[in-house]
Amino acid sequence: MTTNIRYKSRLMKSEDSEDKQYVGFATLPNQVHRKSVKKGFDFTLMVAGESGLGKSTLVNSLFLTDLYKDRKLLNAEERINQTVEITKHTVDIEEKGVKLKLTIVDTPGFGDAVNNNECWKPITDYIDQQFEQYFRDESGLNRKNILDNRVHCCLYFIPPFGHGLRPVDVEFMKALHEKVNIVPLISKADCLTPNEVKKLKDRVRDEIERFGIKVYQFPECDSDEEEEFKQMDKELKECTPFAVIGSNTVVEARGQRVRGRLYPWGIVEVENQSHCDFVKLRNILIRSHMHDLKDVTCDVHYENYRALCIQEMTSKLAQDNRTDSPLPILPLPTPDVETERLIKMKDEELKRMQEMLEKMQQQMHEKDQ
Amino acid sequence: MAATDVNIHPSEEMRTLSLSGHVGFDSLPDQLVSKSVSQGFSFNILCVGETGIGKSTLMNTLFNTTFENEEASHFKNGVHLRPRTYTLQESNVDLQLTIVDTVGFGDQVNKEESYKPIVDYIDAQFENFLEEELKIKRSLYNYHDSRIHICLYFIAPTGHSLKSLDLVTMKKLDSKVNIIPIIAKADTISKSELQKFKIKIMSELVSNGVQIYQFPTDDEAVAEINSSMNAHLPFAVIGSSEEVQIGNKMVRARQYPWGVVQVENESHCDFVKLREMLIRVNMLDLREQTHARHYELYRRCKLEEMGFKDTDPDSEPFSLQETYVAKRREFIGELQLKEEQMRQMFVNKVKETEAELKEKERELHERFEMLKRTHQEEKRNLEEKRRDLEEEMNTFNRRKVAAETLQSLQGSSALKKDKEKKT
Repeated sequence: MTTNIRYKSRLMKSEDSEDKQYVGFATLPNQVHRKSVKKGFDFTLMVAGESGLGKSTLVNSLFLTDLYKDRKLLNAEERINQTVEITKHTVDIEEKGVKLKLTIVDTPGFGDAVNNNECWKPITDYIDQQFEQYFRDESGLNRKNILDNRVHCCLYFIPPFGHGLRPVDVEFMKALHEKVNIVPLISKADCLTPNEVKKLKDRVRDEIERFGIKVYQFPECDSDEEEEFKQMDKELKECTPFAVIGSNTVVEARGQRVRGRLYPWGIVEVENQSHCDFVKLRNILIRSHMHDLKDVTCDVHYENYRALCIQEMTSKLAQDNRTDSPLPILPLPTPDVETERLIKMKDEELKRMQEMLEKMQQQMHEKDQ
Repeated sequence: MAATDVNIHPSEEMRTLSLSGHVGFDSLPDQLVSKSVSQGFSFNILCVGETGIGKSTLMNTLFNTTFENEEASHFKNGVHLRPRTYTLQESNVDLQLTIVDTVGFGDQVNKEESYKPIVDYIDAQFENFLEEELKIKRSLYNYHDSRIHICLYFIAPTGHSLKSLDLVTMKKLDSKVNIIPIIAKADTISKSELQKFKIKIMSELVSNGVQIYQFPTDDEAVAEINSSMNAHLPFAVIGSSEEVQIGNKMVRARQYPWGVVQVENESHCDFVKLREMLIRVNMLDLREQTHARHYELYRRCKLEEMGFKDTDPDSEPFSLQETYVAKRREFIGELQLKEEQMRQMFVNKVKETEAELKEKERELHERFEMLKRTHQEEKRNLEEKRRDLEEEMNTFNRRKVAAETLQSLQGSSALKKDKEKKT
């Protein structure tokens, strides 16, 4: 029997003569799908950037909900010495039976004070804290219900009013690019004409490369994918950083009700590809790369943190004369304390001998004279 | 010079007379106008705002010309002020326009010192004018007035409120210069958000006691328009260096995929209002306010610092001359004291070096004496040796002579013997 369902194996019947040599593990994707739907997904998204760049509006537009109903914005005088806070909003949303536990981590106060030295420190501390907590849970005895609070993706909002990246942007991204996937966005793109958008994107891409910032790279598509897919992928990569517009309001445009912004000179539609890259961002973030973001967080950033943590722990323990640790110490290529001491002694001896040699040479020289 | 107040007492005789013919002094304003036109006008604008917020574009749009300008980078170490002077001409009126740009404002991570270069620049211009005013031989007529007449403060269109840097900077500047706040890049805010934003900004300015420039409402000719404009502050402006064809005209506009924003369209932005207020109506008033209010405040503070007062402790009008003479005496006294100190130091130093040199001289003498003594001793030794040697020589000679004589005697005796033998 031929069917047009994705998983042809769904209608496997044992008395079908065609499937005599059919083992049946082709149903694995099926099983994965069923189990994951049952388990539900979780995703932690962090938004960072100065006040007034449209972060909350964009989050609302992305997930089509209103997460920021009653928030209080500070006045300018209160913000002169503001410190950065970390706020978390968790919502459970469901679509076609698939449940998603979405956590949005917001960073109010970032870049708002007059003196913004190290204003990213609370953010890096928070990310490290989540890693540490997961590390502890993972190494614990009861690993059934680990809560994964690690930040999977950080959307960084670049203001469109300048000529490119500013020092605070560069510093922030450099402090975080090895801890979390950074996706830079150009916010409030409705103040840039198409030429200006292109110029700014090129500028930002150049500066990111020049300063050595490692932003999230979309995975290369396999060489056996269709041409159309490859073309789309290439276009996507050339479009970064995405220039986005968000909107909390629904307006009437061309006979339809769409999310957009109403101006006296026209209507900006959020979901119109020729107006902004919002659709591309949504596809990347939610529809195609959400799981990849999670994987990179687990496999790359978390593993880096873990290795660093363990190294520090073992060297610290070695200094404290090897007390019993609750964690199994893995054999790591850290130099032993004994060998280090020997090496030091040998170094000193060498130095002494060199000095003596020099003295003797000098004496001989004088004698000759 | 003592300030003499002219009080018009009702008891004094001041009569108003009516003229019986045309005298002609109603041409005085015209004379003034022709004089000022021939003199030319000068106007100085200070643009304060973040890099890339549209200051240069707005200046180009406002004066309908292109001032050459390179794009600034975001990575400057501090805030620099860049003044540029241009000469513009319209009809028969010459305008010397100076535009001062703040380069690097708002870019640093730590912005606590950002306002200082701006305040220093404004004070420096006031200082120059004050110096010129206090000179003995002065030429205020020809003086190029570089004091800032207007500061346009560019607010970023976040849509929420002022930034903390904006508040701090405006508070420092409001007593030194006329400030007009404007919302830059206003094509990113929709109409409803704009209303809320403007109200929020004004309330924040008021609650923090920032005094922005109010358009004057005491002159009836312009009172109405000025008071209505005061309600529209801060102006939401858009600038553009490109022109787009609308209908059959080329207008300054920005072309988006969703529409065209026209700069001179009053329903799109407040650019026309800004131009009206800044250039066409209130330019002169801005200059006068700068001179009458801000400059006078600066002058008063500066002179009080120097010790001048308007009235004595006895409330008698103080003479500037007397204060000046007193100050001068003080200053000269200080100078003399300093001279004395320096002279003392010099004398001390000379004494020290002299003492050192004397020591050295003494040492040298001693050595010389010693050398002389050793020399003499050696000479004596040598003399002795010579004498000894001479004596030896003498004895040797004597012995030689003796030996010779003996030999010769022996020889001669031998000869004699031989001779005797032979004979």
